[in-house]
Amino acid sequence: MEVRKPHIKSIPYEEWNDNASLEKIIDELHEGGVNVVTGSLDRLINWGRSNSLWSLTFATSCCGIEFMACGCARYDFARFGFEVTRNSPRQADLIMCAGTITHKMAPALKRLYDEMAEPKYVIAVGGCAISGGPFKSSYHVVKGIEEIVPVDVFIPGCPPRPEAIMYGMMQLQRKVKIEKFFGGANHKQSAEEAKLGVSNEELTFRSKHNDHRREPIVVTEVPKNFLSENSEYSENSEYSDNKKEEEKA
Amino acid sequence: MKLEFLSFDFDKFAQEMQNLKDKKGFDYLVTIVGEDFGKEEGLGCVYILENTNTHERCSVKMMAKCQVCGDGIAANGTGETDGQMIAYLPTVSNIWRVADLLEREVYDFYGIVFLGHPDMRRLFLRTDFKGYPFRKDWVYNDRYTLEDDVEPDYGLEYFIDKDGNLQSKQNKLFEADDYVINIGPQHPATHGVLRLQTVLDGETVKRVYPHLGYIHRAIEKMWESMTYPQTLALTDRLNYLGAMQHRHALVGVIEEALEVELTDRIKYIRTIMDELQRLDSHLLYTSCVAQDLGALTGMLYGMRDREHVLNCMEETTGGRLIQNYYRIGGLQDDIDPDFVKNCKDLVRYLRPMIQEYMDIFGDNIITHNRLENCGPMSLEDCINYAVTGPAGRASGWKNDVRKNHPYDMYDKVEWEQCTLNGCDSMDRYLVHINEMYQSLNIIEQLIDNIPEGDFYVKQKPIIKVPEGQWYYSVEGVAGEFGVYLDSRGDKSPYRMKMRPMGLSLVGAFDPMLRGQKIADLIATCAAIDVVIPDIDR
Repeated sequence: MEVRKPHIKSIPYEEWNDNASLEKIIDELHEGGVNVVTGSLDRLINWGRSNSLWSLTFATSCCGIEFMACGCARYDFARFGFEVTRNSPRQADLIMCAGTITHKMAPALKRLYDEMAEPKYVIAVGGCAISGGPFKSSYHVVKGIEEIVPVDVFIPGCPPRPEAIMYGMMQLQRKVKIEKFFGGANHKQSAEEAKLGVSNEELTFRSKHNDHRREPIVVTEVPKNFLSENSEYSENSEYSDNKKEEEKA
Repeated sequence: MKLEFLSFDFDKFAQEMQNLKDKKGFDYLVTIVGEDFGKEEGLGCVYILENTNTHERCSVKMMAKCQVCGDGIAANGTGETDGQMIAYLPTVSNIWRVADLLEREVYDFYGIVFLGHPDMRRLFLRTDFKGYPFRKDWVYNDRYTLEDDVEPDYGLEYFIDKDGNLQSKQNKLFEADDYVINIGPQHPATHGVLRLQTVLDGETVKRVYPHLGYIHRAIEKMWESMTYPQTLALTDRLNYLGAMQHRHALVGVIEEALEVELTDRIKYIRTIMDELQRLDSHLLYTSCVAQDLGALTGMLYGMRDREHVLNCMEETTGGRLIQNYYRIGGLQDDIDPDFVKNCKDLVRYLRPMIQEYMDIFGDNIITHNRLENCGPMSLEDCINYAVTGPAGRASGWKNDVRKNHPYDMYDKVEWEQCTLNGCDSMDRYLVHINEMYQSLNIIEQLIDNIPEGDFYVKQKPIIKVPEGQWYYSVEGVAGEFGVYLDSRGDKSPYRMKMRPMGLSLVGAFDPMLRGQKIADLIATCAAIDVVIPDIDR
């Protein structure tokens, strides 16, 4: 079965920006064909998911006001199913990072991202979130949130107009629509995979790319002599620590 | 206002400042500007004061003394000071309470400690930040960590001991059985990334410690390496609902220093634009108060009409939030041909709508019960804590800069300064509502009479401001917004500092909320109108 191109009402497929990278994702995700059953179920689930994207209210500055304007009477993004905003990361599907992230705020952003449940997405709204924007030369501004969390959609502007924010949200919809949900973003991890302690999304990502951003900081290349000398400690580290303490006492 | 500094003897400084307040009536401390005056002069502070009866202003310049410090001082992660020179000044936070946060800001950026200030902690930056970034000899570095910040649970108080040595002692912030919750930095009701560390006794608030700096973008430091026209771009991004006024204060101070004569057309348009911006901000304010109290419908009405105001500005400036309209010597471009007509339509449309917000939210019995007697603050306290803007006017303080220090057309049109005497959140809301009517009045009087003339007075390609110090303030959307400029005759400012509207409001949360319920904190926070990027700059 072939993966259908994502369809959004009122905008024909050809008129979207950046179709090439979307098609690349389709090819990579569904290498070697798609199962008819799971493929059809995927389409159903993704239809539902893409039309009820709940965002975390994470407005740090100007762009947040435009995000509010999106939700209000004139622009009304309830039409697309985005109107529910959550104040708890546990209940949100995506972070709308609307505004500058400073060095003091960076740990909070990382933590909020980590607290969200999979599958999760990040949209970087505005120049500051993308690259530091007008505050690039400041000593206290993170030059783009991609240094901290992986970003799915960038919405340029300072601040972007509500139309642009909605366009960005719809681009994310398209991305969600082609995702492999069963067996991809949502599968039961095998014992080996569970040992790694990372999310499904990350597993899929890792098997396809070798992107350094997605790798957690785990030292894998350990010198051989180090391993052999300290093998006792590394295997029974808890035990040996206790023993040491007892000796001290 | 060109500043003529008074200067005092270091030992008599505290006494002289007390005299200024008690005998000469300078009861409103506008701002404290920390400054690195260069290698020869060293560090110091500039205090700008106002007499609230006569609206006379004066400024005091005070140089800090330095001392090499021994062990045991500041051994708390707020900076390594052992064996270093520490600059110090006597505190004025016991004279004007607003100085509490202002002095902490100076300490944060310049490392000047204030003797007798009970809580010398960093205000904007992380406690593990190395050095004091606004000093001229600070070496730029923008490394950051994703580790959580380890904050001390005590503030330091510095004093001079009998032998003349600088010493410090710790003041505990919390008692052993205090229940502390953090509201923010990611909280929907704080309107951004404000963090209020709240000490509770059951449901009652015992103490509020504001933590700022989550959106500190170091605009003032960036300005020091920019040319004057470049500096303009950043002001719109402070309080993005007061973009015009912020830009107004900045071009105002530069124009005053350059002695630029503006045409009447520029003055008219600037006044109208300022008032449109005020409408924009107040509409969002009324919406947000409704939303924070759980009345989502009330929010939608305000936001609907805000779009009409934005349309009006957008046709001329091209921006919705970031306007980029004023520049040194005038305006970026002339007004749109339809601007006059659109403004008139807007005024006609908006006047009955304001009553609608009152009908749907402001006159609601629930609103009255939630906001009355919520976050009270008396007139004396308002002046002492420098709670300017609508929040101060709700306590009867006639503090409108447009009346007290008129600029542009404000002394030529008829309008009233809105004051009320309820001293609580309800009256803060009502002052905002009344001010919208006044803004409409001002626009109505000016819009038909915009005189012909140039919209821009041509300036030199490279703008160099003569030597001197100036302070210029405008009435921002939530209080007095001022800019202090110290020029050394270069094409970029030596030191420029803003007086943010929100910093003193945040400082006033603690006295307002002591003894109140935790739910009132949200209501007070909503009704006082803080916008965080303006506080943190």
